[in-house]
Amino acid sequence: MVDIFYPLQWIADKLTYEVFGIAPDTHLGASVNFIIYDVMKIFILLAFMIFVVSYIRTYITPEKSRKILGGKKGLHYHLLASMIGVVTPFCSCSSVPIFIGFVESGVPLGVTFSFLITSPLVNEAAIAALWATLGLEATLIYVISGILLGVLAGYLIGLLKMEKYVADFVYKVKVGDQSKKPEELNIMERAAIAYDSVKDIVGKVWIYVIIGVTLGGIFHGYAPEGILAKYAGKGNPFAVPIAVAIGVPLYSNIMAMIPIVESLIGKGLPVGTALAFLMAVNGISLPEIIILKKVLKNELIGAFVLIMTISIIFTGYLFNIIL
Amino acid sequence: MKIEILGTGCAKCKKTKEIIEKVLKETGVEAEVVKVEDVEKILNYGVMVTPAVVVDGDLKTVGKTPDEKEVRKWISQ
Repeated sequence: MVDIFYPLQWIADKLTYEVFGIAPDTHLGASVNFIIYDVMKIFILLAFMIFVVSYIRTYITPEKSRKILGGKKGLHYHLLASMIGVVTPFCSCSSVPIFIGFVESGVPLGVTFSFLITSPLVNEAAIAALWATLGLEATLIYVISGILLGVLAGYLIGLLKMEKYVADFVYKVKVGDQSKKPEELNIMERAAIAYDSVKDIVGKVWIYVIIGVTLGGIFHGYAPEGILAKYAGKGNPFAVPIAVAIGVPLYSNIMAMIPIVESLIGKGLPVGTALAFLMAVNGISLPEIIILKKVLKNELIGAFVLIMTISIIFTGYLFNIIL
Repeated sequence: MKIEILGTGCAKCKKTKEIIEKVLKETGVEAEVVKVEDVEKILNYGVMVTPAVVVDGDLKTVGKTPDEKEVRKWISQ
């Protein structure tokens, strides 16, 4: 298959070995080449993915979603909720209003959770960075397992009948009339919104990308070959739970983590363990739990964290077996 | 005129307030600018994604920071 990113590698090689005059086969050469190549590739894919997803997003608002999902039970609605979660904007500041809005319109708790779980886990920025660093196959696996994780964990939470562990005030909130919406958008306006999101998100994450790529580049160039295969390889049954246990409390920008994880994989960390780690970092975070505490009682938060942790560990093992 | 900015305190909400205040200053229009941070009140307007802007009880925009041109249009009506 033709590598469409070949020109980037060519530019990275030219810059590293000719313009900067660093000898190939040196630690410095390997690091600098890694950094230049990754930075270009991540930013190109980032701009592309954010534009595409933001454009689609102008058609799927949470207001529409809650209407579609209201009062619906069944596994396929978990799947739908989870997929809506992929394209819906989800900054932690919107999680509370969206949660209440869903519950108020009769979306079952489990279906609401399917949405809440997948939404931060699978987003356009993470997809772009994963695609740039780990390739299309690992990215698809991450996206599909992120969606399935939302479906299954949400379904389990639904089975547990934990409705009484939602804060009481949530059931009293009346969401105002949403029929009166701002005027319909034309293609140019949608494109303008998508372009704004590109500027907005890239403006926010670029520094994390640079930090992550730099650390990843240093590790790539200087760490001994196969160092992680030796200690955290598939032969170590504790590697996945340990990776998840590190990832859960670690609140770090996913955009910084991905290039670091890329370099870890290069030194022998199994892809399944790496993806489980990224899911733990992205899917369960302390700030998000603190925000959700406003609307959920401790029992439900506990169930959520427990179910997520176990499913992520399971996902990690599964990938290490099949990949 | 009463302009309400609905938002739970994210960066975009602050930016929305800045833009509105800038336009008000430039045009000399008198208006009371209020930030609504209570989730219940925000939802009462039917808003789930912030920032949103309400002018005299009328919902103008949801889920994005408005630009100066839009703000001018709202306050001139």
